[in-house]
Amino acid sequence: MPEFPQDLWRIVALSLEVSLAATLIACALGLPLGALVAVGRFPGRRGVIIVLNALLGLPSVVVGLAVYLLLSRAGPLGELGILFTPAAIVIAQTLLVLPIVAALARQIVEDAWTDYREQLTSLGVSRARAVPTLLRDTRYSLLTVVLAGFGRAASEVGAVMIVGGNIDGVTRVMTTAIALETSKGDLPLALWLGAVLIGTVLAVNTAAYAIREWSLKRHG
Amino acid sequence: MTVMKRLLLALLLLPPLAAAQPWITIASTTSTEQSGLFRAILPKFTAATGIEARVVALGTGQALDVGRRGDADVVFVHDRAAERKFVEEGFGVERIEVMYNDFVIVGPAADPAGARGRDVAQALVRIAQAGAPFVSRGDRSGTHAAELRFWAAAGIDAPQGDWYREAGAGMGPTLNVTAGMNAYTLTDRGTWLSFRNRAELVVLVEGDERLFNQYGVMLVNPQRHPHVKQAAGQAFIDWIVSPQGQAAIAAYRIDGHQLFFPNAAR
Repeated sequence: MPEFPQDLWRIVALSLEVSLAATLIACALGLPLGALVAVGRFPGRRGVIIVLNALLGLPSVVVGLAVYLLLSRAGPLGELGILFTPAAIVIAQTLLVLPIVAALARQIVEDAWTDYREQLTSLGVSRARAVPTLLRDTRYSLLTVVLAGFGRAASEVGAVMIVGGNIDGVTRVMTTAIALETSKGDLPLALWLGAVLIGTVLAVNTAAYAIREWSLKRHG
Repeated sequence: MTVMKRLLLALLLLPPLAAAQPWITIASTTSTEQSGLFRAILPKFTAATGIEARVVALGTGQALDVGRRGDADVVFVHDRAAERKFVEEGFGVERIEVMYNDFVIVGPAADPAGARGRDVAQALVRIAQAGAPFVSRGDRSGTHAAELRFWAAAGIDAPQGDWYREAGAGMGPTLNVTAGMNAYTLTDRGTWLSFRNRAELVVLVEGDERLFNQYGVMLVNPQRHPHVKQAAGQAFIDWIVSPQGQAAIAAYRIDGHQLFFPNAAR
């Protein structure tokens, strides 16, 4: 086994921290957004759905570049001074995860809406009021969406490299550490770090699965 | 909108940002970062001054752009012509020479083009004549600029053909491509010495005085970018050219090889 960086735990912790933060923000915005598009009736709804689905293929380097230009001192949000900090990474990851969460939630909630529509409208529930109920009812399917979003955030490298700068001890995360070791030609270490990243993501998924099982047992 | 503001505020409170220590951002090159030099010397700078140095490693062209946009306090790169332009345009305060290493041409141990020797121009002519695969950085880095200078010295203004490939990548990834293709490339010695995936590649051309590779450091002009941490940035520059800083550079070795040679005027 190769020699791991001494501060490996810090790199893993930062990866987890920024990816979880981005997933949380993207879900807080994306789940209600997807659900509203699913049940809503407004002009251009079809267009919105097509755009949401197309954004699943958003090139991460473009997102990274856009966030870089936005946060650069010469850019509109330069005053914040958060380029090359973990906050910049969270913003880029959030933008990448948001379309995934919104597009997949839209489909899941729409299917549920088709099933329960008559029941809910007969109870006099408005479309907007149906959103929380539908999100609650589909929560186990949505958990997979959340995990897909987390996976996207944790595996991102291009955008994270551009806006974070891969600064040792500050913005170096698992993916950029792997890219760095690959650059140095230390391919075995890069692979081992990849295994650590996969293990970390696996642990998060295991925890999510355990919570789901526990919740199912409790609430049925 | 208030939701967005709250989210931004929450982001600002992420623990790593609450660092109490003053810090500066240095835009530098992949050769200094990937060779491990910064990991070896920056803790000594922090111990001496209490200032944390955060390095963003890019190609020289990109690093200078980061400085132009005001996203770094100090730029530490290796392309004399581009550095002078940076200062002349008013983006950098003053260019100060810090250290040097040298470039080498690496290629297949069998050397099908017969490039081996001391003369870099002659080696490139032979590679071009043989049509032997050559991988260029192609990324506006200091090494790329040097490579183009060497081609010009060889009388080949714009190398092109199936044998000439632009990787558009940093030194490490370019060496990975070169190893995979068993081709020739130009690399700084520091990155080469710390590079592990060499496959069949060996150093073929070295010692030509044109292969000299000078590094310079510049404070980003606070008159252009008022937020630049002038005092802390200057403290880094003062330290790196001081006897302590220069000794730290000289002391960094990989497998007994010294990678960078301090040559600050002061």
